[in-house]
This record gives sequence, structure tokens and C-alpha cells, in this order.
Amino acid sequence: MSNECKVDCGRRRLVAATAAVGGVGALAALVPFVSSLLPSERAKAAGAPVEVDISKLESGQMMTVEWRGKPVWIINRTKDMLETLPKLDGEMADPKSEKKMQPDYAKNETRSIKPEIMVVVGICTHLGCSPSSKFKKGAEEGMAADWMGGFLCPCHGSTFDFAGRVYKSKPAPDNLEVPPHYYMAEGRILIGEDKKGA
Amino acid sequence: MANTNFEKYKSDGSLQGNLLEWVDARFPATAMWKGHLSEYYAPKNFNFWYFFGSLALLVLVIQIVTGIFLVMHYKPDAALNADGVPVAFASVEYIMRDVPWGWVIRYMHSTGASAFFIVVYLHMFRGMMYGSYRKPRELTWLFGVGIFLCLMGEAFFGYLLPWGQMSFWGAQVIVNLFSAIPLIGDPLSIWLRGDFVIGDATLNRFFSFHVIAFPLVIIGLIAAHILALHETGSNNPDGVEIKAKKNDKGIPLDGIPFHPYYTVKDIVGVVVFLMAFSAIMFFAPEGGGYFLEYNNFYPADPLKTPSHIAPVWYFTPYYSILRAMVWPIFGLDAKFWGVVAMGASVVIFAFLPWLDRSPVKSIRYRGPIYKTFLTLFVISFFILGYLGTQAPSYWGEKISQLCSLIYFGFFLLMPWYSKIDKYRPAPDRVTM
Amino acid sequence: MKKILIAFLFAPIVAFASGSVHLDKWPGTVADKPALQNGAKLFVNYCLNCHGASYMRYNRLTELGLTEQQIKDNLMFTADKIGEPMRVAARAGEQRAWFGATPPDLTVIARARASADGSGADWLYTYLRQFYRDDKRPTGWNNLAFENVGMPHILWELQGEQVLNKDHKLELAVPGKLSPKEYDQAVSDLVGFLVWMAEPMQEQRKQLGIFVILFLCVLFGFAYALKKEYWKDIK
Repeated sequence: MSNECKVDCGRRRLVAATAAVGGVGALAALVPFVSSLLPSERAKAAGAPVEVDISKLESGQMMTVEWRGKPVWIINRTKDMLETLPKLDGEMADPKSEKKMQPDYAKNETRSIKPEIMVVVGICTHLGCSPSSKFKKGAEEGMAADWMGGFLCPCHGSTFDFAGRVYKSKPAPDNLEVPPHYYMAEGRILIGEDKKGA
Repeated sequence: MANTNFEKYKSDGSLQGNLLEWVDARFPATAMWKGHLSEYYAPKNFNFWYFFGSLALLVLVIQIVTGIFLVMHYKPDAALNADGVPVAFASVEYIMRDVPWGWVIRYMHSTGASAFFIVVYLHMFRGMMYGSYRKPRELTWLFGVGIFLCLMGEAFFGYLLPWGQMSFWGAQVIVNLFSAIPLIGDPLSIWLRGDFVIGDATLNRFFSFHVIAFPLVIIGLIAAHILALHETGSNNPDGVEIKAKKNDKGIPLDGIPFHPYYTVKDIVGVVVFLMAFSAIMFFAPEGGGYFLEYNNFYPADPLKTPSHIAPVWYFTPYYSILRAMVWPIFGLDAKFWGVVAMGASVVIFAFLPWLDRSPVKSIRYRGPIYKTFLTLFVISFFILGYLGTQAPSYWGEKISQLCSLIYFGFFLLMPWYSKIDKYRPAPDRVTM
Repeated sequence: MKKILIAFLFAPIVAFASGSVHLDKWPGTVADKPALQNGAKLFVNYCLNCHGASYMRYNRLTELGLTEQQIKDNLMFTADKIGEPMRVAARAGEQRAWFGATPPDLTVIARARASADGSGADWLYTYLRQFYRDDKRPTGWNNLAFENVGMPHILWELQGEQVLNKDHKLELAVPGKLSPKEYDQAVSDLVGFLVWMAEPMQEQRKQLGIFVILFLCVLFGFAYALKKEYWKDIK
């Protein structure tokens, strides 16, 4: 090998150097192609934060807005609904919301910034169906007699309470996701973005 | 080359060695590497003109890779979107604006289309100058003509996809050419369009041809082209058969291994080509209105013909020949003969191996008559190309008729003038 | 030989080249950001009422040095979200009823209007300054650069009213809000915006091109040295 190098050393260095420079060029040429697979401006515009006016959302009512192609529920919970939450702690899989299914500012008993206003992504954490609302207590909604009100996923029967917490021993592993959001002003929420500087 | 009995790789005991031996026992890796690169002996006197074969391959790769990425965002749909713009047209602007780096990919593809023809025309001219089509390389030449024909189809189909005014009306004119064929013409052109006008059906089938059918055929033909070339060995600027003089190991005296000598040389050519390519792509992507025609920035409008329709520059020589035919013959109208002349002007290249009767191959040893004819042919080709971009005019018609005559004269008179022309005997060995 | 060849090649170009329309040269550049901002303002106030720019998103105007808030407050009249394209205020079908045709989308008009006579910018700059009163036209307006144009002179408030005199030349009959010099400047700004909008990445494109070509020059040095090194063997 060393004999060969005496003859060819310069040539080998030159091959290596040319290959290195060419390789840098080839890598740079990859950038446009790889980047072109990222979300386009159209996708970004469609996925942009959504401004929602909740000033007309009455107590006990729920509205749905679309954010990044997913339903986001905004529920104005009544006192009655909120009172059910601590009572249910024992039946919940993750009562204290230990798993990171919400921003830190929503890691509290009501899983919300303002206690009554719940903002949550309406997609079951099991296989992605959208649960339906079963707000009335007991058997009225076709649920068990001790049903305290909440959501039922029609696909595999997972149930959630008014804070989107999942009941124990259900297919869904996690609580419903709380999206990043903040209050731009009284009655106006921006969904999809944390408050700047927060 | 002829020798295909390369020995299988024997491992030196290292990991890579073992792997290569394993592969080589099951796949002719070493044989292919040696037969086509490291022990393919090419004449050592290749000049500037011999860069364009490998450059054509490079452009093919550029077109395929950029094409794959463009297809991810492009939509072949002639329907109008909510803003009243055809979806296909809007999707091209979507690539140019909304897709990250999409404009780079699109400009590479649009510049690549023109670059392909520049490179291929120079490659063909090389073959004509040095008699590369002559025995024993007739099949290499025929495969090449096939590639050229498919490339024209590929470019034509691709040009419809942006669905601009020139796309639409260019396709309209070309498809209508087929209606010039007696009896079956009209039903044929309707069958080609899949509609009574160029429409969504046409756009979708052209898309299919452009992204699947023609690329497949072109790749197959290129493989055949290269295999045929490597069977006979390459010609060279002297037109000398280097295999006639071999050393005691059977290696041509004037041959050098393609790899590394021509790989390192071609890399230089590739870099220079990429400089020119980038200069156009980054500083003049419209190519002065020839690479991206200005009128094609208007969406296709079936109700409004642009005041002046010209095909893209690489088709204009043949388009001029089409327009030069203005006389009805044998009771068939001029349009029909225009189409025949245009078709013949492309296909006639295929007959070169049998039209040329000169005792020598290369222009270096040929006499003044051939040189004059070739020069006149090139000049006519350029003038026809220029006239094809211009609106019809009286003198334009006369000149294009004269040039068409020279164009066909170059081919049809070749059996005569190549035989009577003076020549110098070619040397035994190549000259550097 | 080569000279004859070149002469032959260019002979037809000289013989047939005919500059039929005289276009005034657009005096601006796309590098002038304040001018482009002014052009954007004119565009949304005058053009966007009838013409869309449906491939152009509002938030891209930030590349002209505007903040998203400025865009929302001053320029965004036809959309709710900053990422939406600059859609036309009127619906396409209604416009067909009013004008007999749908006014074309203007996103890439500066590229489409280029021709052998001049750049698209030159054409637009000439066109927008050559409207004149013509009672024979349904809109009451005609144009020297675009005969029997369907569009009325939308900037007449600014320019005033021109008429054709006996020598077939334009004459300002009623002055507008702007002096002729100010009007030319305003049109130049508007055209600048149209040129920029037709290819917003044009400056980036050239910058990137310089880098790419410089890199290729370096690679050429290595590749050429490598070729020389190997070809020493060949005699």
C-alpha cells in the first residue's frame, strides 16, 4: 500500500478533494428537493391559527371550529358540569393530567385557562374518531345510570368527562388533547398559537 | 466491448471483498463495471464534441428527478377553480410560489427541456460530422433516432401540462395536423384528443404519456443505444476503427479505459455545462421568451387564439418545413403534404447510414462538396428554426422553401455527392 | 467561413425584425421597496376591485418590508386571513355580466405581457399612461397601447382626462389630482409591484444563482486539476 501511495498519493488526494467538493454540491442540491416535501404556503395558511368569537357562546353550549382539519370544541361549562370533575377523579385514567396532552397553562383541574371555557381537540386519542357529546346525566342519553355527562366515542366506546379526561379501562389511552390557544381579548380566542412571550 | 468473459471477483478476505464476491456470483457486477467502464476502451482522441452524450444522460436524470417532484404538486385538471383559473395552470403557479423551493425545481425542469434539445442536437451533429452512423454503428444510430423521436413526443406532451395559451393552441395545431391525413384524419384527431377540442381528457392522457409512457420507452432506448455502442466500440474524430490495431493483450493501441480517463474528463464537461445551465436557470429562466413563452403565462382560453402561435424553439425547423409546403399535389391538399414533409424531415435522419457512400467517415478526410453540403444544411436548419418562430410572411415563405430544399437535398443527394467527392485516405491510427 | 455563417444566421433576423409598437421604458426597479409598497397600495385600491391576484398570498407582502399588522390594516380588504390569496372583491360571474368578459387575473400579468417589443413592465407602463376619452366606446375610454380595450381608465382621478389631438397625439384635457410627473411615478410604482408579484422570488433567484455559479467555479478548479492529473498518462 505504501509503495502505491508513493506513486499515487497526489492523485488520491485530488480525487478525495474533488469528491468532497462535489459531495457538498450534491448535498446542497438535495435541499430544494427535500424541502419541497414540507407543508406549502397553502397548507400553512390552512393550518394557521383560527380566531374564534366566543362572546355569544352561552353557558352549557358547545361550538366546533376547524383547525388544521381537526374539530376543536369550545364548551362553555356550567357550574354544574364543573362540579362533576373532582367527583370523577377516581374513575379517570389520568385524573391529574400528568401526561403531556395539554399546554402547561391548561394543566389544572379544569384543563383550561378560564375555568368554564374548555378548548379541546375533538379527536379520540384511541384511533382518531370524533366523540359525540352526551351532556345529560344518567340514562337519558342512553348511557349508564351513573353517567355524569361528557363524551362518548362511537367507534370503540371510550368515554370522557367534561374536561376531556378519559375514563379508566377504556380503549383510549390518553385524555383529549388541549390545543395551544390564548385569549386575544375578552370573548376572543386564538386557537393554534401560545400567547407570544408566554 | 466484445470481451464479456470477465473473471468473477475473488475476495481478499475482507468484509467488502466477501460481499462483492457474494454479489458477483449472482449478478454480473464486475463484468458490467469492467465491460462498460473500467475496461471499455474508448479512442483517446475524443474532442469537445464527445461531451454531449454523457451530458444528454445528465439532463435525462435532471428531468426525471425534477419531474418526480413536480408530479407531487402538479394537477392535470382543465376545470376552473373558484378564482376562475384552470386548476392545472394554477397548480404550476402553486409550485412556483407556495411549494418550498418549488420554483427551483420547476425552472430546472423547464430549462432542462430546452437544454435536452441543445445537447441532443449537438450530439447528433457530432455523429454527422464524424460519420458515427456508418457501418458498424447503424443500430446505435437508429436507436438514437428513436430516442430523438420519443424526446420530441415527450416534449410535446409536456408542453401542454402548464395549460397556458401556448400549451393549448400549440397542441391544437399539432393535433389538427393529423386531420390532414385523407379519410381517417378527422376521426383520428378526435380520437387523439378524446374530445372535439383540446380539453380535460387530452390533458390527462398527455400527462400520462409525459410522466409514464414516454419516459419508459426513452430509458429503454437509451439502454439499447449504449449497449449497441459498447458492442461496436466508439467512433472518433478521425473515423478510424481503433480495434483494427491491438496490442498483444488484445487492447486497442489507441484505446484508453473509459474509467477513469473519460469519467474525469466528462466531470469537467458536466461542471461547465452546469454553469451554463445555472446561468440560464437563475438569471434568464424565460430564455428570452424561447424557453418559457410569454403567452404561456396566460391560462388556456379556448375562445381566444393568441395573435401569433409558434411552437417552442426546438420544433421550429420542422414547423417551417410544414409551412413551406403550399402546393397541392396528386389531388391532396397542401396541408397533407406539409405534414408529410415535416414527418419526413425528422425521420430522414434514420436513413443516413445508407445514404452516405463516402470511403471515409470523418469530415476531416472528406472533400469540399460534403463540407459545403453540411454547412448549407446547418445554415438552413438555423434559418428554418428562426423562421418558424416568426409570423408567416411572403419572404419568410420563399426563404423557408429554399431552405427546405437544401435540407432535403443534403440527405437525398448524399448517395451522389458523397461518392464523387474528393477525399484523403484516413490514417491507420488516430491523431491527437 | 464562420463569418459567412454568422451573417447567414442574422440576415433573416435583420430582415424581418419589425418593432411595430413603441413602448416607453419602465423606469423603476424591483429593488426599490418603498416604491413597491406604494405600488401595492395602488394595486389593492384600484386594481383588486375587478382583477384578482389569486396566486399571491397577502402574507407574502411582508417581503416588501411590511409587517403583518400593516398589511391587515392597510391592504387586506378582500380576505379574513393573512395567508389567503388576493382574491377579487367581485365574483367572476357578475363581472362577465358587467364587462362582457372576466377581467384577467393579474398575478403573472407582467410576465405574460412581455413580447419582442419590450418587457411586460414596459408594456404596462405604457398602457396605463395612454388612456384617452373616446365616446365611441361603451366605457367612454380607449387606449393607444391596447386598442378598444374593455377596461375603463380606472386611474382617471389621478391622471385626469386625456384626448387624442389632430396629430393623433395624447393631450391632457382635464388635469387630475396628480401632475403628469407624479402620475408617471405612481404608475411606475404600480408596475413595479406587478413585476415583483409576477415572480416574488426573482431577487432571491439571482442571489442564489451567484452562489451556485461561484461554487461551480471552485468545483471546476478541482475537476480540471483532476483531469490534468489523470491525462498525464495519455501520450
